Amino acid sequence: MKFSWQNYDSLGFYDELIGPRAVARTAGSAVAQHIRSLTMDEIRARQRAAELAVKTMGITFTVYSEGTNIDRAWPYDIIPRTIAGSDWDKVEAGLVQRLTALNLFIDDVYNEQRILREGVVPRDLILESVNFRAACVGMRPKHGVWAHICGSDLIRNRDGTFYVLEDNLRVPSGVSYMLENRKVTKRVFPELFAADNMRPIGEYTSHLFAMLASLSPRNGPRPVVVVLTPGIYNSAYFEHSYLAQQMGAELVEGGDLFVGSDDCVYMRTIAGPARVDVIYRRIDDLFLDPEVFNPDSTLGVPGLMRAWLRGKVALANAPGAGVADDKAVYTYVPDMIRYYLGEDAILPNVETYRCGEKEPCAYVLQHLDKLVVKPVNESGGYGMLMGPTASADERHAFARLVRANPRNYVAQPLIALSTCPTVCSGGIEPRHLDLRPFILQGAQHYVTPGGLTRVALKKGSFVVNSSQGGGSKDTWIVDVQ
Amino acid sequence: MSMLSRVAERVYWLGRYLERIENTARLVSVYGNVLLDLPRPAKLVWESLIAITGSGEDFATRYASADEHSVVCFYLTDRANPAALVNSADNARENARTVREMVPSSIWEGINDLHIYLHDHVEAALARRGRDAFLSRVIESCQYLVGCMAGSMSRDAAYHFLRAGRYLERADMTSRIVDVGTANVFPWGTGGRDEMGVTHDLDPYESILWMNVLRSLNALQMYRRQVPDRICAEEVVAFLLQDEGFPRAVANCLEALQSCLRHLPRNGAAVSTVTAAIGHVGQANVAALLETDGVHEFIDQMQIEFNTLHAVINASWFEPQA
Repeated sequence: MKFSWQNYDSLGFYDELIGPRAVARTAGSAVAQHIRSLTMDEIRARQRAAELAVKTMGITFTVYSEGTNIDRAWPYDIIPRTIAGSDWDKVEAGLVQRLTALNLFIDDVYNEQRILREGVVPRDLILESVNFRAACVGMRPKHGVWAHICGSDLIRNRDGTFYVLEDNLRVPSGVSYMLENRKVTKRVFPELFAADNMRPIGEYTSHLFAMLASLSPRNGPRPVVVVLTPGIYNSAYFEHSYLAQQMGAELVEGGDLFVGSDDCVYMRTIAGPARVDVIYRRIDDLFLDPEVFNPDSTLGVPGLMRAWLRGKVALANAPGAGVADDKAVYTYVPDMIRYYLGEDAILPNVETYRCGEKEPCAYVLQHLDKLVVKPVNESGGYGMLMGPTASADERHAFARLVRANPRNYVAQPLIALSTCPTVCSGGIEPRHLDLRPFILQGAQHYVTPGGLTRVALKKGSFVVNSSQGGGSKDTWIVDVQ
Repeated sequence: MSMLSRVAERVYWLGRYLERIENTARLVSVYGNVLLDLPRPAKLVWESLIAITGSGEDFATRYASADEHSVVCFYLTDRANPAALVNSADNARENARTVREMVPSSIWEGINDLHIYLHDHVEAALARRGRDAFLSRVIESCQYLVGCMAGSMSRDAAYHFLRAGRYLERADMTSRIVDVGTANVFPWGTGGRDEMGVTHDLDPYESILWMNVLRSLNALQMYRRQVPDRICAEEVVAFLLQDEGFPRAVANCLEALQSCLRHLPRNGAAVSTVTAAIGHVGQANVAALLETDGVHEFIDQMQIEFNTLHAVINASWFEPQA
């Protein structure tokens, strides 16, 4: 028996593939139709083939469990998530606008501080942020850009509107999985590629390399670009290695680099020291240089900040760029866009209450059962309260945390995340998802067509993080004729 | 672009571990087959396999006797034996994972596939029935990888380090096998010589012994083409140590190693060490060594040279400078 969409019900959430009355959305019609031509057994066989491909291709992520590292196969669902090209063009413009403003903001914060003086963004919020790096004051990175690589998390609500949930400006990860997901889909659903007109994503690493090369302090023919990883036990090691390989760049650990007496950075090679021009660093600010930040760090390179401040080496993202990616600063991004660009934000923010302000904080404390409360500096879904599903005790405990340190929290209404058909033990069922596109800024901008779709595999769950049982899907931007 | 010292070291070890996997699989496979040819108690044959890797003491601490099951466990699944297939496979994959960006993705996928296959099927190979298919598949996977490397890698430093690791490991294994073959640990006599040291060409077990030594190095056919008339200690030992054309002969491995090292920067010390070793192997008088029971001592010397060679490679390229 062939599969039928008649019994598929997304329970009122916006479904990316199947619209009202079981009719496929235009961008997804080829995908929906193809699935209809298969039996459930055939669909499961494809899912198994995909899981085997993931295993053979060695697409893994690392989870920490009881003190040991486990290298797990990347969870992937075969049904792609489709988005219409016309919808995407607007998202892309919005993301470019957003990153442009964020970079103007960071550059301003470490130099003139105009936006703080004029009171558009509260001075204390920035200068007292744990992500503000005094060591970076006065620095002017090339092109005025601090956050060269940004991963923004987008969600769609019940009417399908895209919202920005957060911007990751420190060391956003996931792009390698976006690229590998496409390769897996090509292996298991090759016939779909003939039927559809989707935008290619494979050029990302070329754009990444070109952007990094454009940061080089030397005018040479081919600058030496390296990817700095904390090492094989980092949860994103797969990605570090993948990006280095795809760019033809060296993958280095802190111990492979040293800063010479000329303040230049060198790597230790079989032929002796070799100068490095650009470091795509995948370690956090505080581990970069034990001479300036965490003195116990063995992941970084002593003297690296000195080399960077003297313009001998480029760092991407620049140290201190994280000052713009805490969840309290996020609430000011629409204001930044207006302030620096004189434009309205193309992509809306999710409505957010700043607990650091009196009235919103009172509102939050009264409505904890309806809100999601997040600490401003955590990522990966840690340390937050899901009000609607939390117990009364959990809410009381969290209320105490908020009262003790209100500035550390923001709250948002529970967003009705969109869904997409997903292969589950019970058949094909709707599961909630988000989307992380990646935006590059150097001399120019580049936005990945689509991004990494993360899906909450548990029925009804809104938690998409792979460390907490989330899966992923290939994401197609489909141009409809 | 020049290669990172840390990465060079990983690639070199990747080469060694892959070669070790193939060698181990080949040894276990050949020993299983030897049994079918021999009238003597099988246990002694398995004991001699333990001797090849110099693991006698370690083995004795964990196993009551060197019966087939124990020895096969020791080489296939014993986590406490560093040379066991499961450990070499993990080590190969871990090294490959750290240098994934250096090798073509087909090679990484091949190593990953070998790793998955080996772990999924190794238990079934403890029984004799499933063993041959398993070991053949493991050997094939290794050879597939060697082919991929030859066919898809640029002749850059990564390629040379990978091969350097392979050839040093291979030279080491061949020398151990020759050592055991001549050291009277085999159960079927003294290698065919009587008390007066006279070789009896007709001793049937000598010929089986050396045939199996050759087989364990996949060398029987090539030997036959070179030395058509007979299989005896002197000819086999000379072939396995000194033949310049056979890819598992020590002399050939060292020549190949030398050519790898010649392509690398700052290679003075390493090249002169390997050149000296080539000289020593080539100048050996195999007949005289056999006469005087000097093979074991000679091979001991050779193994010391291999260790020195490894130390020189380490100091030349892997240890951090500045």
